Amino acid sequence: MNLFASAIDWILDPANYVGLNAIPLRIGQHLVFTLVTLLIASAIAIPLGYLIGHTGRGRGLAVTTSGGLRAIPTLGLLTLVALWVGIGVVAPYVALTVLAIPPILAGAYTGFEAIERRTIDAARAVGMSELQIVRKVEVPLGLPLLIGGLRSATLQVIATATLAAYVADLGLGRYLFSGLKTRDYAEMLGGSILVILLALVLEGIFALIQRFVVPRGVSGRLGTTTTLGTGSPAAAR
Amino acid sequence: MFTITRGRLALVSAVAVGAVVALAGCASGDPLDEGGSAEGSETLVVGSQDYYSNEIIAEIYAQALENGGFTVDRQFRIGQREAYLPEIESGSIDVFPEYTGSLLQALEADAAGGTADEVYTALEAALPDGVSVLDRADASDQNSWTVTQAFADSYGLTDIASLTAVTEPITVGGNSELETRPYGPTALKEKYGIEIAGFTPVEDSGGPLTVKALVDNKIQLANIYTADPNIASNDLVALDDPDGLFFPDNVVPVVSDKVDDSAAEILNEVSAALDADTLVALNAQSVNDQAAADTIATDWLTEQGLI
Repeated sequence: MNLFASAIDWILDPANYVGLNAIPLRIGQHLVFTLVTLLIASAIAIPLGYLIGHTGRGRGLAVTTSGGLRAIPTLGLLTLVALWVGIGVVAPYVALTVLAIPPILAGAYTGFEAIERRTIDAARAVGMSELQIVRKVEVPLGLPLLIGGLRSATLQVIATATLAAYVADLGLGRYLFSGLKTRDYAEMLGGSILVILLALVLEGIFALIQRFVVPRGVSGRLGTTTTLGTGSPAAAR
Repeated sequence: MFTITRGRLALVSAVAVGAVVALAGCASGDPLDEGGSAEGSETLVVGSQDYYSNEIIAEIYAQALENGGFTVDRQFRIGQREAYLPEIESGSIDVFPEYTGSLLQALEADAAGGTADEVYTALEAALPDGVSVLDRADASDQNSWTVTQAFADSYGLTDIASLTAVTEPITVGGNSELETRPYGPTALKEKYGIEIAGFTPVEDSGGPLTVKALVDNKIQLANIYTADPNIASNDLVALDDPDGLFFPDNVVPVVSDKVDDSAAEILNEVSAALDADTLVALNAQSVNDQAAADTIATDWLTEQGLI
């Protein structure tokens, strides 16, 4: 408890708000790093996931590959990439992008797969082109699950982004490493608390987004289809 | 309906009980737990730093002691000095390979330097009650300020003080604790007037990432241990230290009162055989040949006729 109090003291200490190691600066670096990682991962995983979800092809491959990616220890990958490209921000970006891809990919293709097949058939029947089906039916209806995937990826990245400090002067991980190695546990715990707070704030934001991206009318229609006995729309929630 | 509910309840309970049992298992797995009473007084706890070379020495101590009939509990790769020093001071660890100068500086921040023997004598006096050092080895593994040969050539660098001749910004790289060590960037500025442009953390204790960063010129100055075979294999230069910024760091076993005369004799025999070239050679087997610490230790002890 004493340690916890000293960690709070550390967070509130004005000395930690100036210079190159200031808390706001580290939080900013951490957020920018997380955001850029998520953008890179999304740029790779969302189009791929949509392709898999729309065509229904390559699902087995995607599941195995993303399962494999999830199993890679991030610190090991980070060290490996750093030995190849050198120290700096590149290695953490690569390692964390690999970490973020599986949940986003899963969110993208399960979002498409969870859509009632008859809805898509109906869209096709009224004469929509494949591209229109993707844009006007599948993307909006799949959005809640995609946001769910992004939410889970964000949580993993913001916590694991502390590893960036292993090879770069970047982010909240600096407090963890230097606190751990100099036995300054107030600094270490303070840094951890900041990471937890950031994660909670982002969780809250994503929870809000996830509530608002459900297209209008979907929830009502889901009610009727559920009584008809098809389980998949409920899975989409 | 009732059966279904009951079945589900049973499932939930089973999961909950399982989770509690699993968590309880985690709680009892404290790696620094003494556990001495259950294992009897014959068990000697041998610790090591989170540093491959230190682990090799610890493994050598452990195998030599086992050969002498002692039961050894290995607690290797504990961390850096800040993490394990309290464990040694409290007597939770019985044998720990240490380095004379660095340990002395950790115990007494304002300790004076000197020759290997002077530092050893000062260390004997500085150790807390219940903890002592046995004979020191000739082998040393010192901190050093290391640059690439090319960087040294372009500015004519020979010793640490000559770094003032460098005109480009110098970025220092190393573990984050290096920033606050008594020989760190602050000392370079205060003692020699060397301008340090920045500090980049590379948290692998002068390992392959640090060496690569130096070779890539991402950092210009790094703390690499002098017994590191990478210095020779990567054309690096450890700058001379005529003023004793770094203390002599001879390998020495730090032991608790549980180490009796016969155990001390075994460890002293090991230290007597461990000279400077030997340590670099042992490290090279780990770094270049990827040999495991226990294999390296067994081979060397066998070769020396110690086991």
